[in-house]
Amino acid sequence: MYNKLIFELSQPTKLAYSLPKSFINDYQMDSSLKRESELVFPEVSEPELVRHYTNLSNKNFGVDTGFYPLGSCTMKYNPKINEAMATHPWLVNMHPLASKEVSQGSLELMYNLERALSEITGMAKVSLNPFAGSHGELIGLMIMKAYHQKNGDLKRTKIIVPDSAHGTNPASATVAGYDVAVVTSNLDGTVNIESLKETMDDTVAGIMLTNPNTLGIYETEIEEIKTIVKDNGGLLYYDGANTNAILGKSRPGDMGFDIIHLNLHKTFSTPHGGGGPGSGPVGVLAHLTEFLPVPEVVKTAGRFELNYNLPNSIGQISGFYGNYSILIRAYTYILCMGKNGLTEVSENAVLNANYVMARLKDYYLLPIDKFCKHEFVFDGLIDKSTGVTTLDVAKRLLDLGFHAPTIYFPLNFKESMMIEPTETESKATLDSFIDAMIQIAKEAKEDPELLKNSPLNTPVRRVDEATAARDPQLRWVDRTY
Amino acid sequence: MHRYIPHTKKDTEEMFSAIGIESIDELFADIPENVRFKGEYDLVRSLCDVEVTEEIDKIAKKNRIDMIPFIGAGAYDHYIPSTIQYLTSRSEFATAYTPYQPEVAQGTLQYIYEFQSLMTNLCNMDVSNASMYDASTALAEACMMMNNATKRNKVIISDTVSPNYVKVAQTYGKFRGFEVIVVPSKDGTTDAEKIKLMLDKTVSGVITQTPNFYGIIENSTAISEACHEVKALSTIVVNPLAQAVVKSAGSMQSDIVVGDAQPLGIPLSFGGAYLGFMLTTKKLMRKLPGRICGLTKDIDGNRAFVLTLQAREQHIRREKANSNICSNQSLNVLAATIFLTTLGKVGLIDMADQNYQKAHYALDKIVTLDKFERVYEADFFNEFVVKSKIDYAVIKEKLEKNNILPGLHLGDNKILFCVTEKRSATQIDKLFSLLGEL
Repeated sequence: MYNKLIFELSQPTKLAYSLPKSFINDYQMDSSLKRESELVFPEVSEPELVRHYTNLSNKNFGVDTGFYPLGSCTMKYNPKINEAMATHPWLVNMHPLASKEVSQGSLELMYNLERALSEITGMAKVSLNPFAGSHGELIGLMIMKAYHQKNGDLKRTKIIVPDSAHGTNPASATVAGYDVAVVTSNLDGTVNIESLKETMDDTVAGIMLTNPNTLGIYETEIEEIKTIVKDNGGLLYYDGANTNAILGKSRPGDMGFDIIHLNLHKTFSTPHGGGGPGSGPVGVLAHLTEFLPVPEVVKTAGRFELNYNLPNSIGQISGFYGNYSILIRAYTYILCMGKNGLTEVSENAVLNANYVMARLKDYYLLPIDKFCKHEFVFDGLIDKSTGVTTLDVAKRLLDLGFHAPTIYFPLNFKESMMIEPTETESKATLDSFIDAMIQIAKEAKEDPELLKNSPLNTPVRRVDEATAARDPQLRWVDRTY
Repeated sequence: MHRYIPHTKKDTEEMFSAIGIESIDELFADIPENVRFKGEYDLVRSLCDVEVTEEIDKIAKKNRIDMIPFIGAGAYDHYIPSTIQYLTSRSEFATAYTPYQPEVAQGTLQYIYEFQSLMTNLCNMDVSNASMYDASTALAEACMMMNNATKRNKVIISDTVSPNYVKVAQTYGKFRGFEVIVVPSKDGTTDAEKIKLMLDKTVSGVITQTPNFYGIIENSTAISEACHEVKALSTIVVNPLAQAVVKSAGSMQSDIVVGDAQPLGIPLSFGGAYLGFMLTTKKLMRKLPGRICGLTKDIDGNRAFVLTLQAREQHIRREKANSNICSNQSLNVLAATIFLTTLGKVGLIDMADQNYQKAHYALDKIVTLDKFERVYEADFFNEFVVKSKIDYAVIKEKLEKNNILPGLHLGDNKILFCVTEKRSATQIDKLFSLLGEL
């Protein structure tokens, strides 16, 4: 197995770059401004460099490598035409501060995507500026705060977050300057109406929900939740992490959510990139459009331009206009899918999840035995006597050629194993995953040690995380091993 | 069925039967009638690849791309080695998730570690995180980190810091509840004396930038020292390319360094996706937001990498986390890593120096024209401000008509020009002669 750092390939005088020789070399920086120390940078040739990073890529598992049933992450196929369009030279070489006369195409694409996302979510307007889901949450909560402040309603200091929510929800509330009030969930992760009634009062700015929730269950009491929150003057925030379940079936705007964010890197097929860049557009109903961040793209007499003049806007939240290259991919995807294809996305995402759940529930503990949406949660193996944990199952899956599900989240169960197959997996793939999961359940009884020792065949085996945190070695010059 | 959904009719039937349903609608029956979407989206029906390509191409070509950029202001037209697009397109990198299962994500984790190693060396700091969204949000995070570390609530920013970054910090401050004081500069450079007078034990830190928004190379050492006297912190915004040749942020005793790595191999792409970065000292490492990768071993004793110091983060600490930020911009971390290693020890300095040389050549030519004068005397990297006696609108029209993207108008007919290593003598001379014709 390849095991070198780029620094270990370095040999003086090797070069991988090529620039023209400068036509001018007359200027000399004052020594007081000059860099004081030498760069400890590698010197490698281009062929060696390309082989190094190619070898690193071989140590990675991606959606194109195999099945990636990571719950809540929507690891669907990333269409290759998205990549081709995102590198269109006329889009990729456009400077963000070029005048509107020069950049009509780039602006039009943003405008079209904004309109399409508004339609899909049932919101009045969307801002494409937020960089990621967590950024979208923060911007959404800023909008909520700006709304209450404009109404002179300053006593609202809390955001309600269900205990099953993603960790970003409470963290975003803190960054937006709110305290967090937690409501308990029912066993199926839906909001406990009694707990909500007790928590909801005129100090609550709003509630953050995802629907379907983290356990893949649709909030059927959404109307009741809406009434309780709105009667007390609060707003509803929709975390769009699970939008892949409801395309063509139900729109957050129609459900009564005032503010939403979407994850274009989930539902709209842009690649996860090993952890970004993603994109987290924020949409609002008509009564909140005045608070959206600047700039917005507007169309006047068939021409497009950026508008910064929004007096009640929360302000600027990005250096420019968000992760534009991701917006191109999402727009391409929407054109490829069309209105008919988007509905098929959710139908098949939900079909696949229910199929895997039905086939595995005799082996793994299913705490909520009813139809799910795009994902579901097992609470580990049914037979707990073997001592085999969710972690062991996950690691064994890696040996069998699958990525692991999301594990130990949501926090509602001790041995959570969250499975989201997405619509782009074939039945044959799902069947081979199901076979592997059944095999693991048998191995847990017959040979638990095998599972405790897995993975055996991956580029590295179980990693010592405790030492990494206790004795942090975060750069090449620090290393002691 | 759509081409991205691989089920046959037979597959679907078998799956229905395994689940015990007869139609797909049964799986959506729980959605209450009144919130069910019964119509059709007002969108096109699915297009084939040829149609999609034509549509995007039609929109894209409404851009004018036959332009030579002499504009920067936070987004720079630089050399991008072909190695980058090729290697970042490898699907093992592009289609992976955050490296939560380190056994099958060593590729991602190792390039993050290499990035941290390169960035810490470049900026002369101890610790780098994996990435931030962009420079503006990294700056906002720096404000919150300074507040958190000092238990104070007031940040001072020099007005030579890029105005877009300052605006984002102000937005965050307005909602998070911290004060942002913007201090006017003197001759295009931070007014260190004024800031020193304002520093006291209520200030969490001071933010300066080098090269600053006007391109001027600043020395923030005195500011850092003054901060440390009142136990406040010093954040410096840097251009990572310039760091190869100008005084490093660490040598100016910064506690936090932020910036945008867009100049390191990331295309202009109308402003994103770019790559924020954030570095700090060993002392403050546990206050740093974002992902951090560490070196360790696997159970066989082999070298391995893993996300570490996660007790700072939202998925563990929830509302008590340092920040709400998760993974972000990772594929651009790979781009910047390949850029820095392709350029290497010699190339990065060569490239940075060519920016310095060519920008100075351009300024010297332009100020020979009697309608243009240099605004600030201090030395600069690859951007400079000139004031024109001609109305900016006239200049813009003339240059755009002749396929040149003019510098940014700062108001009052002051223009911020940028000249990178990509500009040839012919291109600069063309700019010069067009301005001369006015």
